[in-house]
Amino acid sequence: MIITLSITKTIQDWLIGMMPEGVASILAMVIVALIYLAIFAVAGLYLVLLERKVAAWFQLRIGPNRVGYWGLLQTMADALKLVSKELTGTIKADKFLYNLAPYFVIISSLMALAVFPFTKEFQAFDINIGIFFLIAISSIGVIGILLGGWSSNNKFALIGAMRSGVQTISYELSVGLSLLTMVLLTGSLQLSEIVEVQKEGWLILQGHVPAIIAFMIYMIAGTAETNRAPFDMVEAESELGAGFHTEYSGMKFAYFFLAEFINMFIIAAIATTVFFGGWLSPFGITESLPWLGIFWFLGKTLVIVFLMMWFRWTFPRLRIDQLLTLEWKYLLPINLVNIVIMAIIVWLNLTIKF
Amino acid sequence: MGYFSDIYKGIKTLLTGMSVTGKYFLTSRKGAITQQYPDNRDTLKMFERFRGEVVMPHDENNEHQCTGCQKCELACPNGSIEIIWDRGLDETTGKKKKKIDKHIYHLGLCTMCGLCIEACPTDAIVWAQNYENSTYDRTQLTKVLNRPGSKVKAGIED
Ligand code: SF4
Ligand code: SF4
Repeated sequence: MIITLSITKTIQDWLIGMMPEGVASILAMVIVALIYLAIFAVAGLYLVLLERKVAAWFQLRIGPNRVGYWGLLQTMADALKLVSKELTGTIKADKFLYNLAPYFVIISSLMALAVFPFTKEFQAFDINIGIFFLIAISSIGVIGILLGGWSSNNKFALIGAMRSGVQTISYELSVGLSLLTMVLLTGSLQLSEIVEVQKEGWLILQGHVPAIIAFMIYMIAGTAETNRAPFDMVEAESELGAGFHTEYSGMKFAYFFLAEFINMFIIAAIATTVFFGGWLSPFGITESLPWLGIFWFLGKTLVIVFLMMWFRWTFPRLRIDQLLTLEWKYLLPINLVNIVIMAIIVWLNLTIKF
Repeated sequence: MGYFSDIYKGIKTLLTGMSVTGKYFLTSRKGAITQQYPDNRDTLKMFERFRGEVVMPHDENNEHQCTGCQKCELACPNGSIEIIWDRGLDETTGKKKKKIDKHIYHLGLCTMCGLCIEACPTDAIVWAQNYENSTYDRTQLTKVLNRPGSKVKAGIED
């Protein structure tokens, strides 16, 4: 295998001393998976808290401030409440699919987290088709949404799920193409190598004009992919109740909810890795301290997450026809032209490098 | 070209919107409108336009401005006001004149629409700014607005 497994490898090496290799590698994977699961379940909860606080500030409110200091334990308490709630369902639901859907959604979004290089050595799975894997996995989640909407046997849920299908299929194209524009610059799909290339300047600087256009397209399409406002027709509270998860309660609802926030984190993390140099510090100011990479990575990601929250609390929801017009008449053609421009720039060596 | 000017206008309006909300975000610390109610119970003061309940102000001579015209009773869409009136002798002119016995207000029925206050020609009733109106017994929500022994202010009808 050519793939490098940095933290996975460390744990694996440590385990190999104690047991046969096969068992050790499986156990190592399980341990890493559990670590990630624990970290991101908590991180997801704090993203929810952040969203609520940011929303409150945008609306001149205070936001959650009762549970724990400054409301810091609010989402923990919410999660505990949701765990202890009864799981109700409709009688005529398709039980198997109905129960499967939330796991589909949450697992697909957790899987995507495996490939991010949080810092030089902190990456669970450095696959050599990283970007491709991300594009693929981020669109699997929509199957879960479709399953949930279909199997709940509820009009609102079905309409929401269908809208989600329409939306994801359209906007995936833009996400993919805008990332491909950047791949033209890096010449590699492997995320660790994409970060490596950016030691000569973040890609958004290297690629200047087309890179900025690609970033804008990516942000719009990425927001749409996560089904967040202004593209939240999937849930559209004012039209559809709660959309595809109308019939879900308790922890199953929480999975959908958590998945939305983890997806938001993933979209922001992809943007960080591909456009803003991943864990690299600006001008290499902390190059001698590699573990600070995590700090830079999370910092950049949170700025982009904040940008998405800003979108959410500013823009009104699009109508479905406006949504499709935006994608097929504007984003897609611009994107295709942008790829050609980027190709020309790379061909003529007009990129900016430091 | 329409296509590109559309894009330009679209981006411009989006940025305008974001700058507005961005400003709110930055100033939110100072301007939070949330009242953390039970905590600031002692200091909390309701704003001018708050509609707590309908009251009838009386001056120091225990005089109010209600002539008993019943316009508020008619204006109320859900019958929250009942006027019990009588004819009494007017001291100055010696003529018989309509005056209120009881101005009964059912807070429990009131939707705080304000139509009665709009309708009153002599501004006899106004909004109060109190906000802790809950009681354990709903009969307490039926209030007599004019105080016992009060009378109408002289010359209010002119
Ligand atoms: S505020 Fe409206 S509902 Fe209440 S008493 Fe006046 S007219 Fe009736
Ligand atoms: S409160 Fe005003 S409207 Fe109502 S009876 Fe008295 S004077 Fe007339």
